[in-house]
Amino acid sequence: MSANLIPLLWESLLQTLYMVFMSTALGTLIGAPLGIFLATSRKGELLSAPVLNKVLGLIVNAARSTPFIILVVAIIPLTRLIAGTSIGTTAAIVPLTIASAPFIARLIETAIREVDAGLIEAARAMGATPGQIVRKVLIPEAMPGIILGLTLAVVSLIGYSAMVGAVGGEGLGDLGIRYGYQRFMPEVMLAVVVILIVLVQLVQSLGEWIAARFDKRAPRNRGR
Amino acid sequence: MAEPAISFQGVTRRYPQKGGAGDVVALQDISLDVPQGAITGIIGRSGAGKSTLLRMVNGLERPSEGKVIVNGHDVGAASDAALRGIRREVGMIFQHFNLLASRTVAQNIALPLEIAGVDSALIRPRVAELIERVGLTAQAARYPAELSGGQKQRVGIARALATGPRVLLSDEATSALDPDTTRQVLDQLKDINRDLGLTILLITHEMAVVRDICSHVAVIEAGKIVEAGETYSVFSRPTHPTTRSFLQGVTGVTVPQFVAGQLRAAPQAHDAEAVVQITFTGRHATDPMLARLTSERGVSVNILAGAIEEIGERPFGSLIVGLPVERLDESRQFLEEHGLLTEVLGYVG
Repeated sequence: MSANLIPLLWESLLQTLYMVFMSTALGTLIGAPLGIFLATSRKGELLSAPVLNKVLGLIVNAARSTPFIILVVAIIPLTRLIAGTSIGTTAAIVPLTIASAPFIARLIETAIREVDAGLIEAARAMGATPGQIVRKVLIPEAMPGIILGLTLAVVSLIGYSAMVGAVGGEGLGDLGIRYGYQRFMPEVMLAVVVILIVLVQLVQSLGEWIAARFDKRAPRNRGR
Repeated sequence: MAEPAISFQGVTRRYPQKGGAGDVVALQDISLDVPQGAITGIIGRSGAGKSTLLRMVNGLERPSEGKVIVNGHDVGAASDAALRGIRREVGMIFQHFNLLASRTVAQNIALPLEIAGVDSALIRPRVAELIERVGLTAQAARYPAELSGGQKQRVGIARALATGPRVLLSDEATSALDPDTTRQVLDQLKDINRDLGLTILLITHEMAVVRDICSHVAVIEAGKIVEAGETYSVFSRPTHPTTRSFLQGVTGVTVPQFVAGQLRAAPQAHDAEAVVQITFTGRHATDPMLARLTSERGVSVNILAGAIEEIGERPFGSLIVGLPVERLDESRQFLEEHGLLTEVLGYVG
């Protein structure tokens, strides 16, 4: 591998991290409230709003069933509206966010539904408002699950970000396609794959470590 | 008589069935007064409706008909906001504790105070006081997963007391605990009742819990109260079969197997003995009435089973004896005259 490829790999890694970070952050900003609402708004639940729950559930499912590469192309007008352009790394954050938000919503919904209904009942018996139950009971209790869900979302986004080369998004995936495949430089392809493997490993380990820090459910040896 | 702490007035609860196949009636026309400052037990089998009844007190369930009055508030008719205020005057403990795994002991106890909007500077000393009351000072920074079942329930009790309620509801609080721990938790409830004058309403399926701490009891069966009153009088004169079956086992007086097998409802010509259950109550519980029956009347008494224990701090004895059939009426009269209750269970040869 020639030395001038190293800065190229580094630059691509930073672009990937930028896209993944931004789309995770924005996706969580949209997906978290949506997930909390989906987890608490079926009939008879805390924020009971069955019709809105159904409608949002359908929208989330529709977004999730669209293949990512098609979503990228299909929403080009929206991307141009939001980012000012439909081409480039920053523009690619728009489809990545739109793909991640419903995914994150479902992951957070699942984590919150895991919280024992007895805790909700106990909080209601204390005179808690629905908002207090969400803030003081559901979110803290679901935190380990939410962190693991977000870890899964980040790993998926690393995969998705490799596809945005189709609309001029850069990053490791795009580098692998353009150099490794189109210019027939297998060493670039190999380097890209190795970096992605290491990146995913790091993200996964970090996520599990943070989740374990939040998880007080099992007694642990606290260094005694 | 003082105003009851909780008053159920003609309470019915129906659950509509899916597909309109008629309603399920969980509670039917329940009227019951829970006296101020007492420990009252509601006993029933699972599915009898006791859990629904308990949850009406803090509005987790609402009556379909009738009224539930708690500390003078009509809970069933209260708005959501009013209900949240009432709930701060009513603490609740649970069979499975329902502690937050993500919070330490101290943080769990602080939760109801945070919810009530208490200033954080006031929360700390209040929590310390509550932790001390339940004897968990050393565990204040531990998480629930690191505690035993009994310790978890003590956290539950401290949490329920945090906002200074006037009523404490207990939902099978000892059903997940072993006998020793059950004893400790019940003692704790008794102490709280005595020290704070708190009204306690508990539901259970164990008559032993009622015997040990309840001054009043209501027996619920298929959504109806079949018997209610002071524990002592219900225990000494149970009238409903459900009450009797709950009492078997806690009063230690079941007819021994070798007798039960040959017991007949009506005497036959050759039957020699009547099997009689004698219940001693109050001061008579410690009188040697059977010895006097033998020495003064010359009736031989064959003791088959028996126990004397305390209910609501009063002695309560129950014996199953065999009496000669020809002296039965005379013997019963003698015992009844001396304040004992007798009941013929059957006859044996």
